Amino acid sequence: MRLLRGIASWLGERFELEDSVMAVLRHPVPRELERPIGWWYVLGSATLAIFVMQVVTGVGLAMTYVPAPNSAYDSLQFISHDATLGGVVRGMHYFGAGAMVVLVLAHMTQVYLFGAFKFPREANWLTGSLLLLATLAMAFTGQLLRWDQDAFWSVVVAAEQAARAPVIGNWLATLVVAGSNVGGATLTRFYATHVFLIPAAIFGLIGMHLYLVVKRGISEPPVPGLPVDRPTYRARYAEMLRRGIPFWPDAAWRDATIAAAAVVVVVVLAAIFGAPQLGKPPDPTNVVADPRPDWYFLGYFAILALIPPATESIVIIGLPLFAFVFLFLVPILWPDGERHWSRRPAAIAAVALPFIAYASLTVAGIESPWVPKLEGGALPASVTQGLGASERRGADLFVSKACFACHAIEGAGGRRGPDLSHVASRMTRDQITARIATGGGGMPAFAGGLTPSELDDLTTFLLTRK
Amino acid sequence: MNEMSRRRFLSRLTVALTAFISAIVGLPILGYLLAPLFHAPSDELVPVGAIGDFPVGETKLVSIRDPSPLAWAGQTADTALWVRRRDVSGPQMFQIFNVNCTHLGCPVNWQASAKLFLCPCHGGVYYSDGTVAGGPPPRPLFEREWEVSGDRLLVRQQPLPTVKQG
Repeated sequence: MRLLRGIASWLGERFELEDSVMAVLRHPVPRELERPIGWWYVLGSATLAIFVMQVVTGVGLAMTYVPAPNSAYDSLQFISHDATLGGVVRGMHYFGAGAMVVLVLAHMTQVYLFGAFKFPREANWLTGSLLLLATLAMAFTGQLLRWDQDAFWSVVVAAEQAARAPVIGNWLATLVVAGSNVGGATLTRFYATHVFLIPAAIFGLIGMHLYLVVKRGISEPPVPGLPVDRPTYRARYAEMLRRGIPFWPDAAWRDATIAAAAVVVVVVLAAIFGAPQLGKPPDPTNVVADPRPDWYFLGYFAILALIPPATESIVIIGLPLFAFVFLFLVPILWPDGERHWSRRPAAIAAVALPFIAYASLTVAGIESPWVPKLEGGALPASVTQGLGASERRGADLFVSKACFACHAIEGAGGRRGPDLSHVASRMTRDQITARIATGGGGMPAFAGGLTPSELDDLTTFLLTRK
Repeated sequence: MNEMSRRRFLSRLTVALTAFISAIVGLPILGYLLAPLFHAPSDELVPVGAIGDFPVGETKLVSIRDPSPLAWAGQTADTALWVRRRDVSGPQMFQIFNVNCTHLGCPVNWQASAKLFLCPCHGGVYYSDGTVAGGPPPRPLFEREWEVSGDRLLVRQQPLPTVKQG
């Protein structure tokens, strides 16, 4: 023990750790962080801990993953099922990605509600916003490296979205897929972007972010009625720090506690559930696909189905652009004034509304009621029993002509169009016939796909649905 | 020469040299990374199959292979297309569609009984001739140029749908 302490003190002296690392770790923080409110100040450290875990597990995966279109899928199957602890490591990387998105957003929400982005910490917020962007870019490129059917079509969708950008759209799309089609050159680019380019940016940004956190000092817990006044704030804060406590170890233990909890949650999830199942292989000629992004992007996926088509290009390009420009403008537009959330009702709304909206969109994305049900199925027996011959033929046509894909009867069928369980109580024979033949309101016209007698049978069947 | 202007000269020299280093390192790598922009996409005609494989009135899925793929491209060298035979012969004989939905590029699926193409992502629907029947797609399915040579059907290679098309 004494030997160890001797070595530690020799290293500390020779490497001047007391002046560098320890001096930084012991930087003073406001005394209030000793109180339970200090538990709110730990989310950044937890994010950093998960990020380090992502780097470590990512390096591990890169030792085995083959970033070539003809091998990536097989190498992932090998990692997930055959490599020793491969499933756990891939699981950690996967659940870690979700944890990154959740923690970055939680950290940002806390900083926003505490008004900690205000003077003189505007640049902390700006570097943090760039880190959020980088995190989302990592999440997206990471999903593509999975290189299964979902990933393949996600690249196509990404290129199509990029192509919507004005003027430079086509160039962007060409660069996204590294050519004119998704092919041999595409995956290696996403790989290099995911493992070199974005992480390099993240390392740099984390450096700036932490430098600013230490240099500007951790913001004191907000007090209602005590606004940030730019001319006097620095002096007041310096005075506060004179009575402060050292970050190490007085505040750091809480950071370590929550960071440990976050890592444990991810590791336990990975140990229980393992790596996420890969979808079908990325075969462009298999068109029986149902591409979906990972859960944190489902809300955005849902928006694209729910908005009016005419507004689409504006939403695809404009909405993310607006969100990020707004994010960057936050500390510039509101650098001073009240910090406490109880005095900033608009700030609470600015947090609550997007969260509620995105949560609802995510639910919509999971259910995807706008997607026709193609798997087939059958009408319930209660609907088909006791039907006459023409009605019977109509019921069969209802399923075989894919009416069933969009319309439900007694709980069976798609939800894209109106439920037809009681259609006869609101429409006449002529109205039903006309609607089937000519479509409208989002429904295709079936006049070309049905013979007159088939149309008659179908209508006769629907008239039984009173 | 006084001390200040000497210092100013030296700082400018240092900045200029740094910019020069960045340029001679940066230009080749920039050109390397932007290379896909300068390659004209292939517009070769590639074989799809024998005309007899496509009965009049039917729509079939075919796959074509990039004639010169990268060695490691694997399945990504394949492209799927929907071929609709409209006529026995003549200029209206075929319609060949990209499988990509014109909304965001997901693969559309032909429902032979309902005579509709359905998209699994956001519910785009197209009639058998590729025109929009419902959902968010802004325009009909993209069609490809085709040619009949003897008893073979040929189709033109083409970039991703919205890339380099209206």
